[in-house]
Amino acid sequence: MNKIKLMEVCGTHTMAIAKSGIKAILPESVELVSGPGCPVCVTSQSDIDKAIAVSGIKDVIIATFGDMMRVPGEKESLAQAKSRGKDIRMVYSCMDALSIAKDNPKKRIVFIGVGFETTSPTVAATIMEAKRQKINNFFVLSCFKLIPPALYAVSNSDKVKIDGFICPGHVSVIIGTGPYEKFAACCKKPCVIAGFEDTDILVSIKRLVEMIKARSYKAEIEYKRAVTKNGNTKARKILASVFDVAPGQWRGIGIIEKSALKINKRYASFDAEKEFDIKISATLPKKGCMCGEVIQGIIYPNECKLFKRTCTPRNPKGPCMVSSEGACAAYYRYGK
Amino acid sequence: MTTTYRWGNIMCLAIPGKIKKINENQAIADFGGVYKKISLGILNGVKVGDYVLVHAGFAISRVKRREAMDSIKALKELKEAVRDEQN
Repeated sequence: MNKIKLMEVCGTHTMAIAKSGIKAILPESVELVSGPGCPVCVTSQSDIDKAIAVSGIKDVIIATFGDMMRVPGEKESLAQAKSRGKDIRMVYSCMDALSIAKDNPKKRIVFIGVGFETTSPTVAATIMEAKRQKINNFFVLSCFKLIPPALYAVSNSDKVKIDGFICPGHVSVIIGTGPYEKFAACCKKPCVIAGFEDTDILVSIKRLVEMIKARSYKAEIEYKRAVTKNGNTKARKILASVFDVAPGQWRGIGIIEKSALKINKRYASFDAEKEFDIKISATLPKKGCMCGEVIQGIIYPNECKLFKRTCTPRNPKGPCMVSSEGACAAYYRYGK
Repeated sequence: MTTTYRWGNIMCLAIPGKIKKINENQAIADFGGVYKKISLGILNGVKVGDYVLVHAGFAISRVKRREAMDSIKALKELKEAVRDEQN
């Protein structure tokens, strides 16, 4: 039988696979590659530069998830900006950012919205809450992205051929199986929505191999204890009432139609891109950095010339080495 | 909490907690002895005693016990399949 190439789409799966050593026990005919499901890794350089540019505006407090702190921008990272005295705070929840806004009425608080369908509904709910409480110094810089369009982009790529997809568990908690069923049938790629324990991943790999052998192009849920066929309809409703779908810029992949979320007209007063005149110079990709290829499964992290040489977790050159979910960070820490 | 690493939370990670108390859209959840306030703003029908997955301070899904047991069963089957292959 030919070699089977499976992609684990989600960064949390990448980390779980590396940590458990699953790759070492797989038969040689089954290969696992990382995909575009690490939020920080797929965020375009221009979006990262925008976030850093906002941090330079007077009387602004930046609130962000920790993963964004050390991603290198054109000149510096948010962590470096913070060390120069800029007010940049790590938060666990977007609601924490709203509390900061309430406590600092004379400052403008900008939450950096990075992530997928797991995270965006929590931010949408926070924006609705800000409107309800009439908090007018709270803004979101929306860099949110959608997973299904990225699956089509990877599947249609002529640079890599993936036979089946291990789909993200917590994105699927929200979106359910519908989008994967369409994708699986349309692109002839089986999908299994997996949980995050080692055993979940092994069972999912087994099911994918069985489906590939049987030429069955379906979407199945392995992570049944959390994911349902219909997903979380309330979360999706909240998401749709705050955000519009727009084209999105992905690192390495480029623009994917209908793959990003932007704040809609009704909530425009919370949109950081409308509130601030954010100017960034034309962004060039980091020299030698191959994060773009890594997140499409085209190369393994150790095939990048910077890996372990000039790019390390202590001194990362690209987001895949920064993020705790990044494929390069996982490779560095745990090996293959 | 397990979500907190050196540089903050892992983005798509969600951890299970047990609902202890509900007050309108907010709840207190028990994460293995650590009690934390969470929002119920994006999940319908949560009751005291439910296990929920919590991501970035929000309950995103209920965790089902029976289905969790199914995963354990699947693991057993996998182990048996591997053993059969080795024999």
